[in-house]
Amino acid sequence: MTSQPLLEVRDLTIEFSTRRGVVKAVQRVDLSLAKGETLGIVGESGSGKSVTSYAVMRILDRAGRIANGAIIYSGIDVGAATESEMQDLRGREMSMIFQNPRAALNPIRKIGRQIEDVLIRHVQATRADAREKAIGALRQVRIANPEERYSAYPFELSGGMCQRVVIALALACQPRLLIADEPTTGLDVTTQKAVMDLIVELTRERGMSTLLITHDLGLAATYCDRVIVMEKGNVVESATAEEIFRAPQHPYTRKLMRATPRPGARLCDLLPEEPAPVDRAAAVNVTSDTSPLLRVENLVKEYPRKSTAPFFARFMKRGKFKHPPPFRAVTGISFDVMRGETLGLVGESGCGKSTTSMMLMRLIDSTAGKIVFDGTDLATIPARDFALNPLRRRIQMVFQDPTDSLNPRYTAARAIADPLLRVGTIERSKVRTRCEELALLVGLPLDLLDRLPHQLSGGQKARVGIARALALEPDLVVLDEPTAALDVSVQAIVLNLLQDLKERLGISYLFVSHDLHVVRLLCDRVIVMRSGVIVEQGPTAKVLEAPEAEYTRELIAAIPHPPFAA
Amino acid sequence: MTSIAEIPPVVQSARAHGLKAVFQHARYVMRENPVTGFAFLMFLFFVLCATIGPWLVPHDPLASNTAQALKPPSALNWFGTDQLGRDIFSRVVVAARLDLAIAISSVLLVFAFGGLSGVAAGYFGGWTDRIVGRICDTIMAFPLFVLAMGIVAALGNTVTNIVIATAIINYPLYARLARSEANVRRDAGFVHAARLSGNSEGRILLMHILPNILPIMMVQVSLTMGYAILNAAGLSFIGLGVRPPTPEWGIMVAEGASFIVSGEWWIAFFPGLTLMLAVFCFNLLGDGLRDIVDPQRRT
Repeated sequence: MTSQPLLEVRDLTIEFSTRRGVVKAVQRVDLSLAKGETLGIVGESGSGKSVTSYAVMRILDRAGRIANGAIIYSGIDVGAATESEMQDLRGREMSMIFQNPRAALNPIRKIGRQIEDVLIRHVQATRADAREKAIGALRQVRIANPEERYSAYPFELSGGMCQRVVIALALACQPRLLIADEPTTGLDVTTQKAVMDLIVELTRERGMSTLLITHDLGLAATYCDRVIVMEKGNVVESATAEEIFRAPQHPYTRKLMRATPRPGARLCDLLPEEPAPVDRAAAVNVTSDTSPLLRVENLVKEYPRKSTAPFFARFMKRGKFKHPPPFRAVTGISFDVMRGETLGLVGESGCGKSTTSMMLMRLIDSTAGKIVFDGTDLATIPARDFALNPLRRRIQMVFQDPTDSLNPRYTAARAIADPLLRVGTIERSKVRTRCEELALLVGLPLDLLDRLPHQLSGGQKARVGIARALALEPDLVVLDEPTAALDVSVQAIVLNLLQDLKERLGISYLFVSHDLHVVRLLCDRVIVMRSGVIVEQGPTAKVLEAPEAEYTRELIAAIPHPPFAA
Repeated sequence: MTSIAEIPPVVQSARAHGLKAVFQHARYVMRENPVTGFAFLMFLFFVLCATIGPWLVPHDPLASNTAQALKPPSALNWFGTDQLGRDIFSRVVVAARLDLAIAISSVLLVFAFGGLSGVAAGYFGGWTDRIVGRICDTIMAFPLFVLAMGIVAALGNTVTNIVIATAIINYPLYARLARSEANVRRDAGFVHAARLSGNSEGRILLMHILPNILPIMMVQVSLTMGYAILNAAGLSFIGLGVRPPTPEWGIMVAEGASFIVSGEWWIAFFPGLTLMLAVFCFNLLGDGLRDIVDPQRRT
């Protein structure tokens, strides 16, 4: 490219001063972004991809500083610019879309107002025409009824809608550079597709340059012209999206590619090296008992809906007032989990999959229906009393967020020991030994057992969570998106671990997930849920290769597919 | 609750490890934030005054000597003498014991009752929450100091009643704080996980939720400690609670107040200054304590 790049970063080193001394978050990074180009920065957590983009906007934490190198934005040295110059640049010249759209919006201000604020701050509108322009901005991001939505508050909108508003905010002042920091993490796969398509279309239309920061190689390859791969603060590879996808050069890129679940890959293909062939003889033989371990029949969960009638009306027409029909989160679903089977439960947020798993775990009571576990109907036991039921031991769960699900004040050993101490049958003096056994089983180094959760990495916390769920040797483990909060390379290891444990211990899994690729790898059968109803169920291969329901097809189509991949 | 013998070896080893870590962490906090270090030194000083002060002071705090009455500060009487010729320095030092004792016991009392009922209200919600909430509302409907006066006047003029009154007026602060902190955590993943591990509701409350809200409660303890000292001194100042000739900062300020116009400023000044320093010390300590007990900041 002959023209001067819009953004050029040369030899950038960023340091953070922490209590353990100076940490280099980014080391000698070079990158350049031409006008109208979309550049993806891909890396796992801690790779310095976000920090680099913060440095470009100069919104680093107080502890961080640019130690070396230069950031040149169309001839302006960002490192040397004064704060007031930067304030003019941010928003008007470069703007940013953040990961969590809800956190990026002011919760108590109408969304239209928030767009107006930006327009007026950068003299793009006057008080007189701000409203009109804000509505125009909302219309551009395809928000239906923009006049009505203008006075909506962020909490009234869905996650995808909020992200659209954030995009409208970012694009309101016609910036030339857009930095999107994981813009679709936390959104459903169909919403992700809609949001990404929108970003690409709008930026192409306006000839804007985009810096897309993501952990998802597939997403970057689908939407970017060029991709930079970062590892531990260093750029390890930089090439066009096609080159990087077809022929990755650096071992780290290859490792990332391997670890990303994709069609046609087996579970063990995700690991960096070929694992030793599993000794099938050691595997527990699945019992010949063919009756289902868990049978769910017409399970219903209803939540009372808030009355929409005005407060006084309820008092005035006391006798005539009727409660609105309750909200049905789960509408009479039935399925079986066989012994030694992995059943996938797939759906987007709000489809009732979490509610279902909570009911199975007896964390909440069901409204109607049966949950027959090995001959006993669990639905008849109130959730409150289930803690002390002997069946408690046989159903366990691995939670979605490994950080949130560990008590911050319990060490790893104490967390694993908790179920053993409460409902376990082993002596207290043997608890420590059992903890160590479990740690070895899930591959957690023994010296980490005395650490507190915040001293462990995400993958290690996930292992603690799995060890805790397995401590009581349960028959059924509900896995609620156990890898959603993990990096792909860690996800690969955890998925393999889960599969391995299943084969060795002969347990059944109910695997709740929104990621169809992961479900394909792990599950024998799949259930697809939408709005509390099962839309399709059947063997994994059949459902994913030849889906019958329209919704399943939509879900599969929304997974980012690089255009040049097979 | 679990007794020591019952605690499995897992926990004990973790605890030993934790204690060492706490010391290391405390050292780090002091170095990072000298103000906290200063507050801790001041706190230690007050504690020393309270424990061994009575044996160290140069004069008997109760012995009056009319020949020496109303003397300004000198080498013999560092803070001067009062209208009965008692040594003010000795009285200020000895008073630390009573003032700290009132403050600490009232804070412990309210920490136990307010903290526990607040946590229960936040965790269980429903009726528990309503009852605790209404108690808080009732207490807060009164001007707090007037309420404390009323309680002491009604229950009788004793130190115990000062402690109870101080605890009661601080109750809403603790209950509400504990309630909101527990409320945030009642649907946290680790609470669900604890339920799956077979913990009963009471045990989840005491062993899982309570330890997690201790850091923020500790800050509250330190802040209300200063307030409790002020409150006790205030009650004594208006003649409730502690009675003369017992050395107590509030009474001493009250006795000295009438002499300020005639120029004998030291009688009220030195106890007042000490009182101010004590409150100041506890407020600074609050921030430091939070850093030490919060495991998130320990790396």
